[in-house]
Amino acid sequence: MWRELPRIDELPNGSQLQSDGKLKFSDNFFEIFAIPQAWVVDLNGLNIRYRALQQEFHPDKYSTKSQIDQRLAVQMTSLINQAFETLKCPLKRAQYLLELSNIDTDQETHITTDGNFLMQQIELREGLQDIFNHKEPWEMLERMRREIEDIYLNLQDSFQENYQKGSLGDALNITAKMQFFSKLLIEVENVEAELEDM
Amino acid sequence: MALLQISEPGQSPLPHQKKYAIGIDLGTTNSLVSIVRSGMAKTLADEQGRHLLPSVVHYCKEGMRTVGYEAAAKTLSDPLNTLSSVKRLLGRGSGELKTLGNEMPYEFEVDGIGMAKIKTAVGLVSPVEASAEILRSLVSRAESNTGSSIDGAVITVPAYFDEAQRQATKDCATLAGVKVLRLLNEPTAAAIAYGLENSNEGIIVVFDLGGGTFDVSILKLSRGVFEVLATGGDSALGGDDFDHSIAEWLYGQTGLDRSLSPKEQRLLLETSKAAKEELTKSDRVDIDVLDWHGTLTIEIFNEMVQTLVDKTIRACRRALRDADIAKNEINNVVLVGGSTRMPIIKEKVEQFFGLEPMTRLDPDRVVAMGAALQADVLIGNKTGDDMLLLDVIPLSLGIETMGGLVEKIIHRNTTIPIAKAQEFTTFKDGQTAMSIHVVQGERELVDNCRSLAKFELRGIPPMVAGAAKICVTYQVDADGLLNVSARELTSNMESHIEVKPSYGLAEGEITQMLQDSLTSAREDMLSRALREQQVEADRMTEDLLAALNKDAEALLDKNEISCLHAAIEELNKLRKESTEHRLLARQIEAVGKLSENFAAKRMNASIKKALKGKSLDQIENNQ
Repeated sequence: MWRELPRIDELPNGSQLQSDGKLKFSDNFFEIFAIPQAWVVDLNGLNIRYRALQQEFHPDKYSTKSQIDQRLAVQMTSLINQAFETLKCPLKRAQYLLELSNIDTDQETHITTDGNFLMQQIELREGLQDIFNHKEPWEMLERMRREIEDIYLNLQDSFQENYQKGSLGDALNITAKMQFFSKLLIEVENVEAELEDM
Repeated sequence: MALLQISEPGQSPLPHQKKYAIGIDLGTTNSLVSIVRSGMAKTLADEQGRHLLPSVVHYCKEGMRTVGYEAAAKTLSDPLNTLSSVKRLLGRGSGELKTLGNEMPYEFEVDGIGMAKIKTAVGLVSPVEASAEILRSLVSRAESNTGSSIDGAVITVPAYFDEAQRQATKDCATLAGVKVLRLLNEPTAAAIAYGLENSNEGIIVVFDLGGGTFDVSILKLSRGVFEVLATGGDSALGGDDFDHSIAEWLYGQTGLDRSLSPKEQRLLLETSKAAKEELTKSDRVDIDVLDWHGTLTIEIFNEMVQTLVDKTIRACRRALRDADIAKNEINNVVLVGGSTRMPIIKEKVEQFFGLEPMTRLDPDRVVAMGAALQADVLIGNKTGDDMLLLDVIPLSLGIETMGGLVEKIIHRNTTIPIAKAQEFTTFKDGQTAMSIHVVQGERELVDNCRSLAKFELRGIPPMVAGAAKICVTYQVDADGLLNVSARELTSNMESHIEVKPSYGLAEGEITQMLQDSLTSAREDMLSRALREQQVEADRMTEDLLAALNKDAEALLDKNEISCLHAAIEELNKLRKESTEHRLLARQIEAVGKLSENFAAKRMNASIKKALKGKSLDQIENNQ
């Protein structure tokens, strides 16, 4: 039997690879996208840089090159894809920022003490399940989606506030809450899919 | 990136030296080959001017083999030696044959490593070998057409093909001596053909309904970049199902029962297929079959296939949601695959997306054309060109965790190539091996996903539990193929990896997997909750029994001991019998409460021991 440790995101042999300094396997995701290591990112700029990086490093550009270059291209593109996926998602970006500050974000214990938060969670979850019995399920769903999105956005704001002033412990608590709400939003999508298929 | 740009000697193409790369659409029913000439992709015809090559291979006793129309002509006279639809068997193991075998008229045998082979006049033939014959035939068509040898090929696969099916397709090419430049998803290929034709920009939806599979992909096109946002579909929904609908209707109309001879059944199905094709051109078709005369109108036909059409629309809706795209953002809808010739499909697709679908390119040829365009870029004929393809993985990859649950490592619709790393540690002292089970699918339980491979990592240096750090990396390349590597981090030792393919699901089951996962999310949550509680119950039982064996006599009276044993027994009974996770959770809590006193006493005893001058290490070692 095996136990899983907190996830690390690292490419194999990454440290052994060399490049000319423009882009390194040891770069963090912000460095790869050449943006400051901060909460606020310009999504449009991120997209443009992503396209440019892909144009340069995608394996298709190396199909006539040596096996080694092809393998490096696969690994570099994998890193770029993972960086893009992380930076464009608020929750992943928040967790990544904390990880860069050597804070383990895989703990689920921070949240349980906040009774009000737990009550709110339970109510929202029950509300989502009740939608199927509701007379106007679509309106109800939209109202709940807006409510959940609002809370999620507020949490992001307070993450930024705490992260900026260096209250990383509080910031960590907020990411744990964000995780709940990000899951709730997926739940909203699932309910919507079920409603559509009914 | 100087390093990435260094070519090995002789590998870099000389300027003006034309290389020949082809695009191959290896279809279930028909296959095609295409090549780019003066910037335009053209499918190649045989000497009789026919572009399609039926995906049929015939083996005769003398060892001769024929492919295509010639082979297809032998279907009725020599059915057991005439192999068709072998694409459905690619990457399939013996377990899946039980379902597929009933639908296919061949005699199967399972070889030493558990893969299916077909008995023919020349001996056992694997689906990979038969497909390789088709590839050889297409390559030789291209060679005689260009008067040159072929340097490489892009081969298309259904977007819904999983890892095993993709690997098998690549094996076909290796066997046929074809260098594979890339495995390309069929809808993506179609998008390239359309996108490059009139430099489309924006969001494009590809609706691909073939003979046996249905794919829908949503792409974003901008300045030569084809970015797949989401792909979805149904790997067991195609034109065949529409034929069966008409056949069912004919049974009802004619009053014939199911005791028809196989030949008569075949006739009924062929008549149905012909009627379906006629209805793409007219509003009604007169049917004359087995002494029955009647008329099938397009209205009746449309009504009987409504559920099939609805299925495709539902998949479109899900793909849109996965892509996070609203209908009004879509710029173009493209129809691909012979089955999209049915008017009802065009009508419903147009109705759903609110856009008239594009059908300008031949839906049978467009996939091969797109593949040729991509091949031309990959072989280096279009250096400096901006065209770039960003495709996704169609089904999530995960690993088995405790209690038969799946932990997703890479989610479906993630852009490839992608790598994810995970760290594990040992659970027991001195353990030197661990096993990893990789699965593919959307469901939460291992049993409901497709088993891809079981790896055994051996040679982990013996350490105390929790000290070893094993980093496992899952790398999906641009073909959608998975590679797993592992390292022990504290010693940096390379671990021995054994790959055991354990292809465990049939093609129909893959579709079922996805449908199931989407329709029964709630059921999954419940069974997941139950598994979690079961794991918890086992852990509690194990821990408590171990503690009781060690300290009960010293710390508890007889009554307390029997009380705890009874509670454990009750827990075990519930663990085995109950399917209600809440009941189990309640009993776990009850046992926990009951053992609190015992736990406190043990704690006190430990502290006393420590105060007697023993170190904590010693106490821990005693446990």
